[in-house]
Amino acid sequence: MSQRVALFPTCVVDTVAPQVGEAVVRVLRRLGHEVVVPKNATCCAQPAWNAGFAQQAATVARTTLDALEAEDAQTICVPAGSCATMMRVFWPELFELVGDHDAKRRAERLRDRVREFSEFVAEQADDIAGTHAVTVAYHHSCHMLRELRITTAPKDLLARLDGCDAPDFPGDDRCCGFGGLFAIKQPELSVAMADDKIAAISSVGADEIVGCDQSCLMHLEGRLRSRGQTTPVRHLAEVLDEAMTP
Amino acid sequence: MSQDLLTGTTLRQRARNGVADEHVRSALRSVTDRLADMRVDAQESLTNWEELRDAARAMRGHIVARLPEILDRLASNVEASGGTVFWAADAAEATAYIAGVARDRGVKRVVKSKSMVTEEIHLNDVLQADGIEVVETDLGEWIIQLAQQMPSHILAPAIHMTRGDVADLFNRVADGDLSDVPEELCAFAREQLRNRFLTADLGISGCNFGVAETGSTILVTNEGNGRMVTTLPPVHIAVMGMERVVETWEQLDLMMNLLPRAASGQDISVYVSQVTGARRVGELDGPEQFHLVILDNGRSDLLGSEYQEMLNCIRCGACLNVCPVYRQMGGHGYGWVYSGPMGAVLTPLLNRQPEAAELSSASTLCSACYDACPVKIPLQDLLLGLRRDRADEAGRAERATWDAWAAAWSRPGAYRTSVRMAGAMGRILPAGLFPTGWTAGREVPRRPDGGSFRRRFAKGDI
Repeated sequence: MSQRVALFPTCVVDTVAPQVGEAVVRVLRRLGHEVVVPKNATCCAQPAWNAGFAQQAATVARTTLDALEAEDAQTICVPAGSCATMMRVFWPELFELVGDHDAKRRAERLRDRVREFSEFVAEQADDIAGTHAVTVAYHHSCHMLRELRITTAPKDLLARLDGCDAPDFPGDDRCCGFGGLFAIKQPELSVAMADDKIAAISSVGADEIVGCDQSCLMHLEGRLRSRGQTTPVRHLAEVLDEAMTP
Repeated sequence: MSQDLLTGTTLRQRARNGVADEHVRSALRSVTDRLADMRVDAQESLTNWEELRDAARAMRGHIVARLPEILDRLASNVEASGGTVFWAADAAEATAYIAGVARDRGVKRVVKSKSMVTEEIHLNDVLQADGIEVVETDLGEWIIQLAQQMPSHILAPAIHMTRGDVADLFNRVADGDLSDVPEELCAFAREQLRNRFLTADLGISGCNFGVAETGSTILVTNEGNGRMVTTLPPVHIAVMGMERVVETWEQLDLMMNLLPRAASGQDISVYVSQVTGARRVGELDGPEQFHLVILDNGRSDLLGSEYQEMLNCIRCGACLNVCPVYRQMGGHGYGWVYSGPMGAVLTPLLNRQPEAAELSSASTLCSACYDACPVKIPLQDLLLGLRRDRADEAGRAERATWDAWAAAWSRPGAYRTSVRMAGAMGRILPAGLFPTGWTAGREVPRRPDGGSFRRRFAKGDI
C-alpha cells in the first residue's frame, strides 16, 4: 500500500499555514508513504479563474501542471478540497477555453492521480487510530462537497478517533462566506456569512471547528478572533496528526 | 412607482444595506430555511427526483433549442381559439401594446396577478401614467405595491417583511385598524381586493407556461386571485417571457411535477389554471377578449450563446432559498426584479444598465443553487462565464494586476521570493489587491515562524 506521494501544499498552506502541511506529511508518513514536495509547483490558479481571468490562470496552472506531471508519484495529495477541485474539474475546462489542447490532455491524464487529503487517507481508514475527546463541528467546504462529492470521508476519519463526536449542525453544508476574492471584495456579506456559520456551530456546543480547506478555516478563524472568541479552528490533518502521535 | 435600486449604486453598497438590516435577515433566514426544508421533503417523497431533474433539463433544452417554431405553434393556436397574440421585442413595445388595449377599452381599473415579467417591464408605471388604477392582487405583491417597493423574492415578493411590518403598512396606507394576526390581515386584504376584482375593466396575469399544442396558458397559484384576474374582468392580457413554453401537455406534466415541489414543497399548488382563448359563444363566463403578449426583451440574444441554458429557468425560486448570499443580502441587493443566483445570472444578461454586470460577483460559487435547481441549470458555470465577459472589459489596472500575478507565479523562483517578501495575507494575493477588505471584521493570519512550508520541508525540518 505504501507509495510515493507528491504533496501539493497549495499556496495558502505553503504561505500562511505551514503547520497544516507539516501535519499532512507526518500523517502520510505514518501511513507508510514516502512524501515528496514538487519544487516547482506554485498555485492551482483558482483566484484568477474565479475572477474571470482565464489566460492568466492558465499561465499559472500550466506551471503547476508541469511540476506535478514531472513528479514520479502515484498520488498527488492536496490538503484543500477547493484546490483539488480546480485541478480535477476546472483545469481541463480552463485549458480548453484558452485553446491549449495539449495541456488539457495532460490535465485529464493527471486528474485521476489528484486526491484530496481526506479522500486519500480514508482509503487507509483502518490504519487511523488515536484519541481526540472533543466535540467537533466539521465544516463541509463547498467545492469538496458539491463538485468532488466527497461527503463522508472526513467524518469517517474523525469517527476513528476515540472520544471524538462530530454531530451534524444546521447549515453545515452552507458556504462559510470565504469564496476567494469574494471575502475581500464583499467583506460585509462575507463576514455576515461567517457569523451565520459560527452561530450554527455554537448551537451544537462544538469545542472545535475542523475542515479540509484552509482558506475557509482562515476566514472563520479570522472572524472568531476578531469577535474575541478562542474556539480552536483546525485542519483535519492537524487533528489526525495530533491524535496519532504516540 | 417602483424603485430603481440599481442606478448609481454598487453591489457592495447594496450588500452593506442588506446586511445592516438584522430585522430583514432574521425573517429571511427563517422563511428560506422553511421553504428549502419543505422542498427537500417534497423531493424525498418521490423516489426519482434526480431522474426527473435530468429529464427536465433535457426537455427544457430541447424546447429552447426549437423555441421559434414552438412559439409559432403556440401563437397560431392562441389565435385559433379566439385570442390575440402580440410579439413584443422589448419592454417599450410590450407596455405600449398593453396601454393601447387599455385605452381602446376605456379601462379605468386593472387587477393583476403576480407576474415578475410585468415587473421587469415596469408595466404598472406605464399604466398609472395613463391615469389607470392598477391593483396587485397577490397578497405579497399587494403588500409591496402599498409599500412602494420592489419584490425581494420572485416567489414571495414580500418575504423581507414580517407580519408586524404588514400590519403597520395596512394601518398606515390602507386605513386598516388591525393587529398582526395573519388571519386578520388576510381577511382585510380579501375584503379590500374583492370589490376591485368585481369592478376591474382589465385583468393582467403572468404565465407560468404556455402550452403550444392547444394555445393554452397555465397559471400556478395558491391564493385564487389569479383565477379571478383571468375570468372576472371583460379583458384578460397574459404576459409571458418568450421562453416560458412547453410544446405538449405531457411535457407540462413533468414541469408540474417539479415546479410546486421546488418552489414551496407542495405536491401541487392550490390552483393550476389553464386559459385557452376568450369566452366562446354559449359560454357563461370568462373574458370577452384574450391577449397573449410574448416578450423577448433580450432573451433571444441568449439563444445559441453560452448562456442559453438560463432560458430553461422555470422561476421556482429554489436557488434563492438555498443561496448563502441571498440569505444575508436579501433580494433588494440584486437591484432588479430577479434575485438570488438566478437573478445574478439573468440581470446582467437582460438588463443593459452598466451596474448590472457586477452581479456576477454576488456569489461565492458554492453551487448550492445548482443542487437545488429542478432543471439543473449550472448557475455557477454561467456566473463564471459572466465574470470572464467582465474581465474582457476590465480596466488596464486590473488586467495589469493579474498579468503581474501570472508572471510571478508561473516562475517558481519568483513565487518563492514573493512568498518570502510579502506580509501574511499579501503573499497569497496579487499585488494591487491588497486586502483592506479582509481586515473589516477579520483578523489577519499570523505570519508563521520559520518561514513557508516549502522552506521548512526543504530544510528537512519536518
